[in-house]
Amino acid sequence: MKAPKDLKYTPSHEWVRVRGQEAEVGITDFAQGELGDVVFVELPAVGTSVARNKSFGTIDAVKTVSDLFAPLSGEVAAINTELKANPALINQSPYEKGWMIRIKMASPAEADSLLSAEAYEKTLGAHA
Amino acid sequence: MLDTTSTLKRTPFYARHVALGAKMVPFAGFEMPIQYEGIVAEHRAVRGGVGVFDVSHMGEIRLRGPGARAYANRLVTNQVDSIPDGKAVYTPMCLETGGIVDDLLVYATGSDRLFVVNAANFDKDLAWIRAHCPGDVTVVDENENTAQLAVQGPRAEDVMARIYGDRVKSLEFYTFFEEGEGEDRTLVSRTGYTGEDGFEIYVQASRALEIWDQVFQAGAPALIRPIGLGARDTLRLEMGYCLYGNDIDETTHPLEAGLGWTVRFDKSAFLGKEALLAAERDGYERKLVGLVLDGERIPRHGSEVGYQGRTVGTVTSGSMGISLGKPIAMAYTHPDHALAGSKLEVRTRGQETPASVVARPMYRGGSVRTPKPRRAT
Repeated sequence: MKAPKDLKYTPSHEWVRVRGQEAEVGITDFAQGELGDVVFVELPAVGTSVARNKSFGTIDAVKTVSDLFAPLSGEVAAINTELKANPALINQSPYEKGWMIRIKMASPAEADSLLSAEAYEKTLGAHA
Repeated sequence: MLDTTSTLKRTPFYARHVALGAKMVPFAGFEMPIQYEGIVAEHRAVRGGVGVFDVSHMGEIRLRGPGARAYANRLVTNQVDSIPDGKAVYTPMCLETGGIVDDLLVYATGSDRLFVVNAANFDKDLAWIRAHCPGDVTVVDENENTAQLAVQGPRAEDVMARIYGDRVKSLEFYTFFEEGEGEDRTLVSRTGYTGEDGFEIYVQASRALEIWDQVFQAGAPALIRPIGLGARDTLRLEMGYCLYGNDIDETTHPLEAGLGWTVRFDKSAFLGKEALLAAERDGYERKLVGLVLDGERIPRHGSEVGYQGRTVGTVTSGSMGISLGKPIAMAYTHPDHALAGSKLEVRTRGQETPASVVARPMYRGGSVRTPKPRRAT
């Protein structure tokens, strides 16, 4: 199960790429594999406030639907508009082209409490 | 680690699924492949080429003896007594209330009647069949010893002809042939659950892997692929075929489920006949309809169906219609809202998506062979 070392993670299978004041968010390779083929992802509008551990959107796969949880609090600075036409990017490239939103962090210190790649992979131990 | 799989049964093909990288899930008491490469790719492979499904979880129950045909005919709503040897029939089996115990295939093999039932209902069905059984019928549980593969898709006939010869080409839809004795006993029918042309192969479990390998070898030129239960569900839903436990159960009857064509009021007494006659006479409060949604959210089992703000129904199955390119569903709605063209809305997670009632099947591009006169050859 691939979990790049330079990213941070949540136990609910989101990843976070911190760049200055912004945090890019998506779901992990494990999560996309569990969901299966993604057919629709519903994201908030730019400017929306998101709160840590609260739902910011939903992801529909063929067989199931799942909430997306914000790893950090802040304001949505950008969304990946490519996903509307091509939600399968989440399956094909979960850590790059499949990114979902960028959050302008309210409190960058929150990022320190996210999981490292190693710690996240340990949470998968029961599944892998 | 808690081992939740220890009580699950495995089909004879389990090792093949694992070797192919399938994602295995619990289904109806079995550990079954839900997908290999992905539901969308597998769905398209069946619509455009050919795929193989392990459906060995399905249950086989044979009725044998002088009274087998008459008893089979009393158990189910369709006509299975006077049908010719080599014919298969789809039919519900009902409670006296008209509620559906199960939906199944009945194969007419000599004077026997072979019932192929849903895995989740096998124990219940067997008990039901035994409970009503007259003295001149023997009920034989053939479930453990039978493996079943479905070969489905527009190229299925080519693949099957390589294994079984040209006789598969003259098999009409819903007919079958048998060959072999003992461990070699094989039944091949032109049946399926996908909306494509296709076949189902029943063999003894001891020969299962041999047949699997033959099918993949014969299918290699057609790029045959293994298909999981996920695509089995999306394929059947595009055809508006009922899935027991989702769309039909003991609280629904065949008439409201759109299965009136399988209820033969013109035959002798059968379980549920009086209740179904009453429903036919008095009408009923809901009908199972196909829906195509104009939106992106996927409807799910239990989503409400509305009409101008009022709730008029409930979704029983929903998915992305992969070949249709739109979300689709089946739902029970009030009969006032069951006509093709009716405009409704489906409520999914607090939002409404416009939906139109469409006649089943929702997908009409398939290669499935509907009954038609035999072509001159």
